[in-house]
Amino acid sequence: MKVLVFAEQRDKILKKPALEAVRTARMIADQSGGTVTALVIGHGVSAVAGTLAGYGASEVRVMDHEKMAAYSCTAYGKCIAEVAKQVQATVVLMAATAMGKDLAPRVAVKLEAGLAADCTAIKADAATVVATRPVYAGKALLEIALTSALKVITLRPNVFSAGESSGSTVVPQKVELTLADADFASVVEGVSASAGTLDVSEADIIVSGGRGMRGPEHFHLIENLASALGGAVGASRAVVDAGWRPHEEQVGQTGKTVSPSLYIAVGISGAIQHLAGMSSSKYIVAINKDKDAPIFQVADYGIVGDAFEVLPALTSEIKKLLGT
Amino acid sequence: MKLAVCINHVPDTETKVKIGPDGKSIDRAGVNFVLNPYDEFAIEECLRLKEKKGGEVIAISLGTDAHKETLRKALAMGVDKAVLLKDDSVRDSFSVAQALADCLKGLGPDVVFFGKQSVDSDDAAVGLMVAEMLGMPSVSVVVKLEVADGTAIAEREIEGGRERVRTTLPAVFTAQKGLNEPRYPSLKGIMAAKSKPIEEKQALAAQPKVEVLSMKKPPAKSAGKIVGTDASAAAELVRLLHEEAKVI
Repeated sequence: MKVLVFAEQRDKILKKPALEAVRTARMIADQSGGTVTALVIGHGVSAVAGTLAGYGASEVRVMDHEKMAAYSCTAYGKCIAEVAKQVQATVVLMAATAMGKDLAPRVAVKLEAGLAADCTAIKADAATVVATRPVYAGKALLEIALTSALKVITLRPNVFSAGESSGSTVVPQKVELTLADADFASVVEGVSASAGTLDVSEADIIVSGGRGMRGPEHFHLIENLASALGGAVGASRAVVDAGWRPHEEQVGQTGKTVSPSLYIAVGISGAIQHLAGMSSSKYIVAINKDKDAPIFQVADYGIVGDAFEVLPALTSEIKKLLGT
Repeated sequence: MKLAVCINHVPDTETKVKIGPDGKSIDRAGVNFVLNPYDEFAIEECLRLKEKKGGEVIAISLGTDAHKETLRKALAMGVDKAVLLKDDSVRDSFSVAQALADCLKGLGPDVVFFGKQSVDSDDAAVGLMVAEMLGMPSVSVVVKLEVADGTAIAEREIEGGRERVRTTLPAVFTAQKGLNEPRYPSLKGIMAAKSKPIEEKQALAAQPKVEVLSMKKPPAKSAGKIVGTDASAAAELVRLLHEEAKVI
């Protein structure tokens, strides 16, 4: 199958999930017999686009235009669908990031394609693609077959491996496409970063706090540990609903579903909707006073103890080890 | 201003999922169904826009008669009209979007709202598919919205920040938690909702592009090691994370 993979860049840097998508595109092409075209959209992105050959792209195309410097779901969506037609792609792949999730449904409609969203496993042969995707925030896994001629697939970040680059690069081909003002009906005017924090959806290590932290004034203990580990701060629904922490940090069924390498749950009992959002983490540590808390049922390591004593000790041990 | 909000009827987030006898969907026995949590923010935002700009709010839901309960909740919150698109077929996001787009076409809304995703299938796709089918721009995962004549400025959540998006109207928006604080239906609202009619229409036939092969429970995790019961366990935990798990 011919695979078109949209590789997202922000500030001319290819995102890690984009590299994971290119590598997975290569896997699908190898399993089904085909080639991989990678597409990068932006302005001044040709050089960085060329490096995708190192992750398995057979060829690279760029839509390099000053009007494409800012993200526009309408213009980017049109560009991806047009390139899919130009290269006669059977599969269009992208990462299930904020941008990928915004684009894939639009592209699927333009191509009359079935959509498999936020997938965690893909199997392909010459005729079919079968995808596994978590539903009910991971309480169940759905195995689906895409029965349409064209198939659009988004991949959950942090699940597929990007591997190392082989170092090879190519000179990208320019995309020929005329865009009118109407194609920019929806366009980004500005981006504001949350005050220097790492987002839970992108973090490899997350330290989350729950009601056991007893109040927002104690969350500096969570922040200190997260910062010593170079990780992100997460929160349970209870503390977000209580206004202790911003909703961007919420992990669980009505927050973010995460799968970091290490998830440390502190003072979180482990409500089912929280477990759904984090139990696919590779390693889970629970720190809780209540030895019967459900969180211990999914934890690889646990400390049954007072978070206010354990957290400072843990932070200092981590600093000792990592020199942070 | 004509405002439409598409809402869904889903298992509440405390549900323990059991796989049904068909092996392709959940066992619905004993499951409590509620208005999809993100749709509450969508309804609230429509009601606030109506309060500011005038007009009417229409709620639409695709599904069986059971969805009437969710439409009644929307009416009780203050929605003016409710439409049930009657359907009991198996659908993917594409065919759900087709049925909703078909219904919305006849209504000519200025603003169409969805929750950012349904907490059952978690596709986060239907609203944006509807936008494309209607030829409208969209902004997804919206946490702030200002609507003016013919345009809107929306803030959407992205990894580690927010994007400020300008869009022309009509447009589709999908609501994220944090957009507003949804109101509770008042007693008066609940009483009034009982007498408001729910219009019933037959949904466009489903032509799914995705076939479900199986639904399974994820592999169960077994409880791990209790390293200790106080701060003195910290050093051992760090050693295990470093040497055994190799994650730090």
